[in-house]
Amino acid sequence: MVAKGRIIWVSGPAVKADGMSTVKMYETVEVGNSKLVGEVIRLTGDTAFIQVYESTSGLKPGESVTGTGQPLSVLLGPGIIGKIYDGIQRPLGEIAQKSGSYIGRGVHTDPVDMKKKYHFQPVVRKNDGVGSGSVLGYVEETPLLNHSIMVPPNFKNGTIVDVISEGDYDIEQVVVTLETSEGKIPLKMYHKWPVRKPRPYTERYDPTVPLITGQRVIDTYFPIAKGGTGAIPGGFGTGKTVTLHQIAKWADSKVVVYIGCGERGNEMTEVLVEFPHLIDPRSNRPLMERTVLVANTSNMPVAAREASIYTGVTLAEYYRDMGLDVVLVADSTSRWAEALREMSGRLEEMPAEEGYPSYLASRLAEFYERAGRVKALGSPNRTGSVTLVGAVSPSGADFTEPVTTHTIRFIKTFWALDTRLAYSRHYPSINWMNSYSGYLEDVSKWWKENVSSEWYDLRAYSYNLLQREDTLKEIVRLLGPESLPDEEKLILEVARMIKIGILQQNSFDKVDTYSSPEKQLKLVKLIVNYHKEAQKALKEGITLADIRTMPIIPSILKAKFEIPDEDIAKLDQLDKQMHEQFDKIVHSGVKLIV
Amino acid sequence: MSDSINIEYTKIAEIKGPLMIVDGITQASFDELVEIETPDGERRLGRVLEVGYGKAIVQVFEGTTGLAIVGTKAKFTGKTMQMPVSPEVLGRVFDGLGRPNDGLPEPIADKFLDVNGEPMNPEQREYPTSFIQTGVSVIDGMLTLVRGQKLPIFSGSGMPHNILAAQIARQASVVGTKEDFAVVFAAIGVQYSEAQYFKRSLEESGALRRSVLFLNLADDPAIERIITPRVALTVAEYLAFDLGMHVLAILTDMTNYSEALREISAAREEVPGRKGYPGYLYTDLANIYERAGRLKGKNGSVTQVPILSMPADDITHPIPDLTGYITEGQMVLGRDLFRKGIYPSVNVLMSLSRLMKDGIGEGKTRSDHSEVANQLYDAYSRSQEVRALAEIVGRAGLTGIDLKYLDTGDMFENNFLKQNLDESRSLEETLSRAWDILSALPESELTKIKDKHIKQYYRHQNQQQSNIGVAAAASSSSSNST
Ligand SMILES: Nc1ncnc2c1ncn2[C@@H]1O[C@H](COP(=O)(O)OP(=O)(O)OP(=O)(O)O)[C@@H](O)[C@H]1O
Ligand SMILES: [Mg+2]
Repeated sequence: MVAKGRIIWVSGPAVKADGMSTVKMYETVEVGNSKLVGEVIRLTGDTAFIQVYESTSGLKPGESVTGTGQPLSVLLGPGIIGKIYDGIQRPLGEIAQKSGSYIGRGVHTDPVDMKKKYHFQPVVRKNDGVGSGSVLGYVEETPLLNHSIMVPPNFKNGTIVDVISEGDYDIEQVVVTLETSEGKIPLKMYHKWPVRKPRPYTERYDPTVPLITGQRVIDTYFPIAKGGTGAIPGGFGTGKTVTLHQIAKWADSKVVVYIGCGERGNEMTEVLVEFPHLIDPRSNRPLMERTVLVANTSNMPVAAREASIYTGVTLAEYYRDMGLDVVLVADSTSRWAEALREMSGRLEEMPAEEGYPSYLASRLAEFYERAGRVKALGSPNRTGSVTLVGAVSPSGADFTEPVTTHTIRFIKTFWALDTRLAYSRHYPSINWMNSYSGYLEDVSKWWKENVSSEWYDLRAYSYNLLQREDTLKEIVRLLGPESLPDEEKLILEVARMIKIGILQQNSFDKVDTYSSPEKQLKLVKLIVNYHKEAQKALKEGITLADIRTMPIIPSILKAKFEIPDEDIAKLDQLDKQMHEQFDKIVHSGVKLIV
Repeated sequence: MSDSINIEYTKIAEIKGPLMIVDGITQASFDELVEIETPDGERRLGRVLEVGYGKAIVQVFEGTTGLAIVGTKAKFTGKTMQMPVSPEVLGRVFDGLGRPNDGLPEPIADKFLDVNGEPMNPEQREYPTSFIQTGVSVIDGMLTLVRGQKLPIFSGSGMPHNILAAQIARQASVVGTKEDFAVVFAAIGVQYSEAQYFKRSLEESGALRRSVLFLNLADDPAIERIITPRVALTVAEYLAFDLGMHVLAILTDMTNYSEALREISAAREEVPGRKGYPGYLYTDLANIYERAGRLKGKNGSVTQVPILSMPADDITHPIPDLTGYITEGQMVLGRDLFRKGIYPSVNVLMSLSRLMKDGIGEGKTRSDHSEVANQLYDAYSRSQEVRALAEIVGRAGLTGIDLKYLDTGDMFENNFLKQNLDESRSLEETLSRAWDILSALPESELTKIKDKHIKQYYRHQNQQQSNIGVAAAASSSSSNST
C-alpha cells in the first residue's frame, strides 16, 4: 500500500511528513502540490524525513506526500547515450522543451525516447534456457555502440517461450517472453534498477590492462587500469576538470559517463558543445556517440547531487554488463560529500570531522567499490569494466581534510594536483613526487606486449632523474645552481626537459592534447638518450654550456606539439639528429683539447 | 500557496539576532516573503527560513532592533520575494532590497521576478566565447574576459579593486559589435566613498544612464545584504535575456555578503563549517555566481565581476576559496606589487581566466595569443623563482640565463602590467608589448610558442635596442631598492 501523508515541516531541501508509517527507507515520494521528487532518508514513528531533489521554495506544511513504492531507480535501455540528465535521470533537453531556459519544478519526462524505433536482432531462440544477465539480442544504440538487450539481473532462470523476429521496434515492445517458476514474464528492451544497489556480476578480475588516456603524465608515469579507481584532488584552478575532460575525450573505452556533481553549468555546456564535434581517434565517430552526461550543477538542488553519483555509476554498470569498458568521471566528489553533510546537519546527526557525517568514509568506499573488471552475468561470456575517477576539491587545497583523506583509502591511483605548479602554468599540474599508481606493475606487461619492452626501464630511468632533481633543488635553493658539479647540473637540465617536453601537456593544443602510447615512449626515449649522450660528452670534456645550448634542444622540447602522431617517424629522425649533434660537438671538442 | 495570501499573525514566540520566530502558524510556506510591522508602525521585510509544527522562523532583513514580542505584526504574503522590472530601471539607484533610493518613484513594472532566480538549464546555455576588450593589458593579454563569464577580483584591504573594476566597466567593449551594453552595480556593505567613486566613474564615462545601482552601504542593515546581489542579478538577467543587453554585473564586496550569511547561520545554531561559515556557503555562493552566462536563442549576456576582500590576504580563507571553486577564474591582487606602486597590482601567477581559451585566437584576437600568454606566464614564473634565489645567493650565483629572466620579470611588471587608470590599450599594443618582453629572452627559451609564430613576431636583439634600455633601467631601479 502506498503511503499518503502530510508535510509537517520544511527547511530548505529537508522535509518532514507524518502519516508515513508504510513508506520504506529510500523510497521515492512525491512531495507537495507540485509533486516534487523526494527520497525518504529516515523514519521515526510515522514521521518520514525526506530529502527533496527539487527546490522547495513555496512548499508548505499541510500539503500531501505520496509514496511511489519504488526506491530511486534509473531506466536502463537504449537511448541513454548522448543524453544529458539531471541527478535523477531526467533528460535536460526534454525538460527545456517543457520549461524553457531555466529548470522548472515538478517536470516529469521519460528518461529516454519511448517511441524511437531500434532495429532489434535476437540472438536467442524459442526453448533456449536463459538466466539473469543473458543477452537476448542487440540493437544499434549509436553507430559507436551496439547495445545488448539483457535479462535483468536478479531474475529467475527460465525458458524462452516467445521471441520477436528481427525488426524495428520501440523499447516498450516485449521482445522475449520467459517461462519461469513464477510464471510467464514478458521482457522489454529496458528495465529499471535501483541506483543505490550495485548490479551483480559473476566474477571479478584483476585490472591489468591500462586505460590509455593519451595524457603522458598519466599513461607513462601514473597509469590507471581498466576497472581501476583513481582520484584527482586539487585546489581550485589546478586542473581537475580539464584532466577529467581529457580522460572523457581520449580514453580508450567504449562508453564514458561524465558526472558533473555540484560544479559549473558552463563546464557541462562545454562538453555538450565540444563532444559532438570531436572525433574519436579509434572509430572516427563523434565522441558524443559514446558519452552520457549526468549534470547536477552547483546551483541545482543540493540533494540531487548526492543522487547523481549513484545514477551515474548505475548507468556505467549497465554498459559494463554488456561486456564494454566504461569510464566514469565524477567532478567533484567533494560536492557530493557536502550534500551528505548538509542533509546530515538537517537530520541533526552527530557530526564527525568538519561537520561531515561519520558514514562519509563508508559511502566513499561503497562508491569506489563499484569499480572493477568483471565477468558479466549470463551468456555469452563477456568481460566489461567500470573505471572510476573522482575529482576531490579540498577546502583551502589542504589534502588533510576528511574527503581527501578518506578517498585516498579507497583508490589506487592518486594524481595529486599542485597549486604551485598550476601557478607556474605547469599543466597538468600533477605533482610527480606526490602522485602514485598502484597499477604500475600490473600494466607493465601490457606495455611490453603492445608497445615496447623498453617501457618499464625508460619510465624508471626518467622518473629517477626527476627524483634526483627534487633533492638537488634543495641544495640549489640554499647555495645556488653554481654550487653543483656539472654532472648534477646536467640532471637539473634534463629534469627540466622532462617537465617541459613530457610532463607538461597542453589540452588546448590540437596536437598536444593526445599522445599515443608509441609517441609517449619515443619522447621519453629521446630525452633519456639525450641524458646518456650528454653524460658521455661531459666525460669527454665538453662543457655543460655547450651541451645546454645545443640547437636540437628546442626541437626536442617542442616535439610534443610540433610532431603529430601521424608523423611519428620524425621522432626517430630527431633522435638521429641529436646523436649526430653530439658526435659533432664531441668531435670538435676533442679536437680543441688536442 | 495562494490561499495563504496576507494572513497576519501577532504571536511572536522569540526574537534572536536577525531572526524572529512566529507562533500559531496555520498557513506559511518555505521561502515566503513576510511583511513585518513593528510596535512603532515601522514596516520591514522578512523571509521564511523554516516552517513547521505551527512555527515559522523568519529572517528580518532590516534587523530585529525595535521588534517586540507584543505588538509586532507579521503578514505572510503568500509569495516569494520579487523585484519589479521594466526598461525604466536603467539609470536608477535602488537600496539593498531593490527599493528606489534616488528620490524617484518606483518604476512602473512590466513584470515581477523572483529574486532567487532559477537554475539555468546547462543544456540551454550558450558557451561563452566572445572576447571583451577591457583595454587593460594584463586582462586582455593573459586573463581574457569573455561575455557571460564570472571572473572575480580577489583583493585585500586597501587595494585598488574598485578602481580596477571601474576601469573595466568604463573601457569594456566588445570587438566588432555595437550592441547594448549595461552595467549593474551592487554595493554590498561597502563604504559610501567607494560606492560614490563607482557612481562618479560611470557618470563621467556617460554610462550611468545605462547602469542600475543597488546600494547597501556599510551602515545599512547587514541582513539586507543577503538580498542585494540577488535583486541586482535579477535585474541583470532581465536586461540580458528579456531586453537582449550585454550586462556587466559588479558585486562588491562578497565578503560582507558571506558574513551576513554566517550571522544568520549562527543565530540558527547550525553546525558550522570552516571558520564558522555555514557548510552550505559553497552552494549559496554558487546560487549567486552561476547567475552569469548566455542562453541559447537569447542575445544578451550576464558577465559577473564579483569583488571580495581576502581576510588577511589569505587566499585559502573559505570565502575566496569557495568562490574560486565556483567562478571561472580569478584576478588576484598582490600586496607586493601594490606596495611597489604598480597598478593594476594583479598577481598573474595566482590569477586565471578559464574561459580565455575559447575567447581568443585566430578570428577572435590573434593566432599567437594563447602561446604568447603561456610563454609570458612561464617567463614571469621563472623570473620570480630567480628573484627568490637571487635574494639568497646574490646575482653572482646566477647563471647567464637566470639573469636574463630576472630582467624579464622587471620588464614585465613595468612595461606590461603597469598601466594608467585611464589608459586603454588596444590588443595589438598589448601583444606587441608582450613580444618586446619575450624577445629579450633567447629564442631557444620560447618552448611554448610554435616556430611559425616565432618567425613572425620574435624580434632579434638588434631590432629592439630601445626595449633593452628600458629593461636595464627597470632592473637597476629595483636593485637599488633592495
Ligand atoms: N592540461 C592543461 N592544459 C592547458 N591548460 C590547462 C590544463 N589543465 C588545466 N589548465 C588550465 O587551468 C585552468 C583550470 O583548470 P580546471 O578548470 O580543470 O581546474 P579545476 O581543478 O577543475 O578547478 P575547480 O576546482 O575550481 O573546478 C583551465 O581553465 C586551464 O586554463
Ligand atoms: Mg573543476
